[in-house]
Amino acid sequence: MAQNGEGSRGFGLGILKGFALTAVHLFRRRFTILYPEKRLPVPRRIRGTELVWYVDRCTGCATCAKTCHQGVIKIVTSGPEGNRFHVDKFEVDTGYCIFCGLCVEACPFDAIFMSTEYERGKYRREDLVMSKEMLMAADKHPSAYYHPQPVPGVALPEKVPSIEETW
Amino acid sequence: MAIKTEPFVVNVGPQHPSTHGVFRMRMVMDGETIVDMEPVFGYLHRGVEKIGETRTYTGCIPLTDRMDYLSAPANNLAYVMAVEKLAGVKAPERAQYIRVIMGELARLASHSMAVGSFLNDLGAMATPLVYMWREREKILDLLEMTCGQRLTSNYMRVGGVSQDLPEEFTPAVKKFVVEMPRFIDEYDQLIKDNEIVLARTKGVGVLSKEMAVSIGASGPVLRGSGVKWDIRKSDPYAVYDRMQFDIPTGTAGDCYDRYRVRVEEMRQSVRILEQALAQLPQGEVRAKVPQRLRPPAGAAYGHIEGPKGELGFYVVSDGSVAPYRFHIRAPSLINLSALREMVIGWKIADAIVTFGSIDICLGEVDR
Ligand code: SF4
Ligand code: SF4
Repeated sequence: MAQNGEGSRGFGLGILKGFALTAVHLFRRRFTILYPEKRLPVPRRIRGTELVWYVDRCTGCATCAKTCHQGVIKIVTSGPEGNRFHVDKFEVDTGYCIFCGLCVEACPFDAIFMSTEYERGKYRREDLVMSKEMLMAADKHPSAYYHPQPVPGVALPEKVPSIEETW
Repeated sequence: MAIKTEPFVVNVGPQHPSTHGVFRMRMVMDGETIVDMEPVFGYLHRGVEKIGETRTYTGCIPLTDRMDYLSAPANNLAYVMAVEKLAGVKAPERAQYIRVIMGELARLASHSMAVGSFLNDLGAMATPLVYMWREREKILDLLEMTCGQRLTSNYMRVGGVSQDLPEEFTPAVKKFVVEMPRFIDEYDQLIKDNEIVLARTKGVGVLSKEMAVSIGASGPVLRGSGVKWDIRKSDPYAVYDRMQFDIPTGTAGDCYDRYRVRVEEMRQSVRILEQALAQLPQGEVRAKVPQRLRPPAGAAYGHIEGPKGELGFYVVSDGSVAPYRFHIRAPSLINLSALREMVIGWKIADAIVTFGSIDICLGEVDR
């Protein structure tokens, strides 16, 4: 190890300065929280770990399935009914989804959204697969990702956290 | 009586707290001195380049997030720049400014992580690292606000960015820009006067100028050795040609200089952020690009000054929806190849410090 010759100042002063900075932190605002008792607010645009799907808006065009590079969305449709297809199967395997949001951007009819939920731990992989019925029945919390105003009447996360409020 | 000694081999890693991931240093030791060192990597290989050939041009963007996960927007930027060159698309001006802002935020986040973990490698367990993480958290909050996620930003698109900045972004980032220099000074004070840090980093792990250039090192590793080379100046992309900033360089090429360069770069990044925010124009953020982009056959190389060095993407198109070849010039990998030259002759504890001072991200080394 090379020794440097900074002999003019008192040796150890720099170390004391470091300790002083640490001591100052005793009086600073704490910037951690005790999850899960407390939670930070989520931003509006969060790409949470779920997809929100509205069956009445979906025309069965399958653009989302073609866009998804992970092959997460499986869609089976039958015969055109007027200007739309009937969606027989719409399955999202969230275990493979990387929540990139590209399907949300691609959907031309605003039928699919990212969600503001972020706790999706499951004991089995099969439980992560969302079938059409599950997607229809699920509590819907669409986030504002790519859609500044997702669905009329749906509450977005109340306030947008800025770095001020989360600290 | 002469004692008979022989060199022996020590494996540091792949599972070792100081290897920043799964990386193995196979060291040949003579007592505590390193005689030879062989870096072994590839434990995190996911075949990104091959997977990229099976995806659409847009579908490759999430892949780039997962390379250097400490500065995802910078990776996105390098990739979309290559594709834009290939397809002849130009991003609108506002998008160019947003790209600069995001690129600099990514640099700040990556450098605070680099400095923090460098101190961790020096033996200052966790406390300084967490100080720097606090600042990094604010940047991650800003990213989350804009693109929905903290690490895997997936924000840049061919022809712009995915969506405009939210209205709360500008006040938040302005506040951050005011606060940040104070915190940078604070960290710097922790280190530049600390006798232990100085003794352990000055003159340790020297990489000479010539060696750095011939290895192809870039970023703070190259600039720490005294070479004034920054893609933001030598081949300005986005709107960097309108920004005023300096390129900090070191002189000795030791661990301390590399650290110094990073801290100075953080100051310059704050300066760039200020200017970019002041100049940020209104307007579109995304040019019209077909969803299934088919660039004409050809090849293009897009490179940026990433936080870790020159990050480049070489994309070859055959006219179809997926890239024909997708190659990544990862700065971490190339900088890492300089490690052997730096550590031979030093003690094992210095090797850990030197390794920390290169600041690699294993996701990018192995990709
Ligand atoms: S978020 Fe990404 S990975 Fe998930 S379903 Fe949509 S496109 Fe596929
Ligand atoms: S892209 Fe939208 S409308 Fe088309 S199938 Fe998917 S969710 Fe339905």
